[in-house]
Parts: sequence; C-alpha cells; structure tokens
Amino acid sequence: MLIKSLKFRNSILSDSSEQINILKKFDESSFDSYIKKSGYEKFLSRKIEIFQINMGKMCNQTCKHCHVDAGPDRKEIMTRETMQLCLKALADSEIQTIDLTGGAPEMNPDFKWFVEEIKKLNRHIIVRCNLTIILANPKFHYLPKFFSENNIEIVSSLPYYQKSNTDRQRGDGVFEDSVKALKLLNDSGYGKENSGLILNLVYNPTGAFLPANQSSLENDFKKELLSKYGIVFNNLFTITNMPISRFLEYLLDSGNFEYYMEKLISAFNPSSIPNVMCRNTISIGWDGYIYDCDFNQMLDIKVNHSSPDHLIDFSIEKLDTREIMTGNHCFGCTAGAGSSCGGAVV
Amino acid sequence: MEYYNSEDLKKFGNIEEYEPELAKKFFDYYGAVFAEGALTEREKSLIALAVSHAVQCPYCIDAYSHDALEKGCNEKQMMEAIHVAAAIKGGAVLVHGVQMMNHVKKVSM
Repeated sequence: MLIKSLKFRNSILSDSSEQINILKKFDESSFDSYIKKSGYEKFLSRKIEIFQINMGKMCNQTCKHCHVDAGPDRKEIMTRETMQLCLKALADSEIQTIDLTGGAPEMNPDFKWFVEEIKKLNRHIIVRCNLTIILANPKFHYLPKFFSENNIEIVSSLPYYQKSNTDRQRGDGVFEDSVKALKLLNDSGYGKENSGLILNLVYNPTGAFLPANQSSLENDFKKELLSKYGIVFNNLFTITNMPISRFLEYLLDSGNFEYYMEKLISAFNPSSIPNVMCRNTISIGWDGYIYDCDFNQMLDIKVNHSSPDHLIDFSIEKLDTREIMTGNHCFGCTAGAGSSCGGAVV
Repeated sequence: MEYYNSEDLKKFGNIEEYEPELAKKFFDYYGAVFAEGALTEREKSLIALAVSHAVQCPYCIDAYSHDALEKGCNEKQMMEAIHVAAAIKGGAVLVHGVQMMNHVKKVSM
C-alpha cells in the first residue's frame, strides 16, 4: 500500500518541534547528561572530512521508516544556485568526500550537472541511491553507466536479503526492483573484485530493535544474495533507525516508543562517541542551511554555538571546531555498536 | 490480576537484593554462556528462543524473540527453532507411548 508523507497528511509530526517535544519526555536521562558522564564537557567536532548534501526530499519511494519524510509528494529540492554555493564551499576547503543524499538525489534535475561539477574539483563522491530509481523511469536508465564513468561510490538501502522484510519497510515490489537494479550495477562493474567500483548496502532493522552485528550480517547478505540472485557487493553498513519522523510515527502508533527509547538509552555505548558521524561530517539542507547531521537537519536543528548556519556564510575554520547540537534522538547513534551513514562505529 | 508482567523482566537483576553472591555468580555465568564460542551468538540465541518456548517462560520468550531479531535472524528461522522445541516436546510425549505399550503388553493376555 502506498503511504503519503507526514507533511502531505498534515500529521502533527510534520512539525519538527512537536517531534522534539515528544523526545523531551526522556530528558531525565538526556543525551547531554550521558555525554557529560562519559567525560565530555563539550561535544566538539573534529576536522570535517565528509560534506553531505541533501539534494531534496523528492523520492520515488515512501519508506515507512524514512527520517527525511521523503516521497513523491515532496517537492523541496536544491536549486542550481544553492549547488553553486556548495561548489564554492568545497573549492574553499579540503574536504575530500561528498555524500549526496535525498530523497532520491537523482530526481533533482541538476543532479548530473552537479556531479560533473564536483568531479572537476577532484573529490570523491558517494551517492545514496535507493536502487529502484534506476528502473523508475527510462530517463534514469543512464545511471549505472554514469555512476561507473564518474567512479561514484554507491550506497544503497536493502533492509534484508528477503522480499517480505524489505517490502514491509520500503513498499511493495521494492525488493524485486532492487534486485534488478543491483544486477545492472554489477553488470557495470560495481561490487566486482578489482573493478574499483564500490557498491555498499545498508541494513536497517525492520522494526523497533537494534541492528545485528555488522560483519555477521554482511556474511549472510553476501551468501544469500550471491546464491539466490548472483549479486555481489562490497560492504554492508548496519544503521540504527532514528526515533524521528516516519519511524517515530511507527513507534508511537505501534506502542513501541517508550520501549525503543529505553532500549537505545540502556544500550548507550561510550566507546561509540569518538566516531559518531557528526564529529567529521557536515550536513547541508536542500535550501543551503548547515546542520551537524542529516537527522538534525530533519528536526531543523541547525549548527549553532556561533557557527555559520548557511552556505552563504560558510567558514570551514569555524565549522571544523564547532560544538555539536544534540538531542535525545542522538541515542540512536550511540546504541550498541553505534551507527552512522557508514554503518557501525565500534 | 496479571501474574506475569512484561515490565518485571527489567527487574531480573533485583534478585541480587536477597542473595547477592549467588546472583553475581549466576549473571556472570549467564553472560559467559551467551558469548561467542564454538557456537555463534546467533546460534545460541535461537537455541535460547526454542528452550524459552519449551520451558514456557514468558519473560524468556519476549527477551529471545527480540534478541534473535537483533542477531539478524528472520521470522522463518525463529519459527523453525520453535518447531525444533515442539518436535522434541511432542516426541518426548510420544516416545513414552512405548512405555504405555510395554505396560499394556505386560498385563495383557
């Protein structure tokens, strides 16, 4: 069944301040208090290594757990003017990795132009491709060849190696289309030994539980996808679902919110703190605002503590040493083996 | 009155209140049993799930249903594990049919 975005449905949760209020219920054991107890007086960033750009909320899928509240009914996308601000910021910095996400970033009409412009700066590009976009419309059939020609690293969600679990989270038919797209990427050299073309998959739990051990699950995925479909890939990233946006809606509707938050809090792992992604990543919104991570972006928590919060005022020096904005949703990145856009951090 | 309250599972550690030394020994042993060894953590989780059903412990069923998911098991694997428990329990009943037959044959003409 197709679902609509929170925004389209005028859900109370489409207001990010409402989400923050709900998460405040756990302020007695707040994330900040856990950070302090772990020996961090201030939660500071390190040098920025990854420049993550959210190119818009438009997507061909409407996944139940989407923290962006993306979908076909979302029209917010990055303009070429804002992309030019990104290019200027990149040219003025030494950040080597550019991580393009969305929504489906490929749906932005300037996606191809933007990738080619970033390549001129000789930077490494990651595209978070939802796979099905490659088959969604003939105008996207160019993508596997375009990706390989530009040596783009692909990171794609596939919550499980079986249809039922995948479709429950991402929509009917998504597993079969994802398998077709993965085969096309393999045909272009992606995931193949010595090709230099990296294809990484992302596992998200399909419910209110934490991810399994990353390397153990990677072995399962590799075995199952190869034996059943002849698909190969490089690494599996396990990512914890954040208690925000549509996953928060699921948690509330299913009566799992308190249970899940208690789970995240009780699984707080101080050894994850040095490697959580906000410490080496900066996240850019479709409208050019700057955030500590993609999750803060969706809660509209901009960088603060005197850091410039829009690309117009971009200053790598200030952002490199900024104090990170936190909230109780951050427990999602520090539970168990930790979680980041690159998977487990411990 | 609900005799089993799922919230009580969180109080398991409280058993140390009346006997701390034995509780510590038990929880240390418990942790060691479930650590990766000759069997993987996932295999142990599935065994625990099956045994939880065999001993019909509601707390254990909740705990190991969740744990198995967090070890990367899928629903089919979990249900197969429960069938293993069911087969052993069912088999344990049925194999005693031999005892019944032995007795019947002994006392029958």
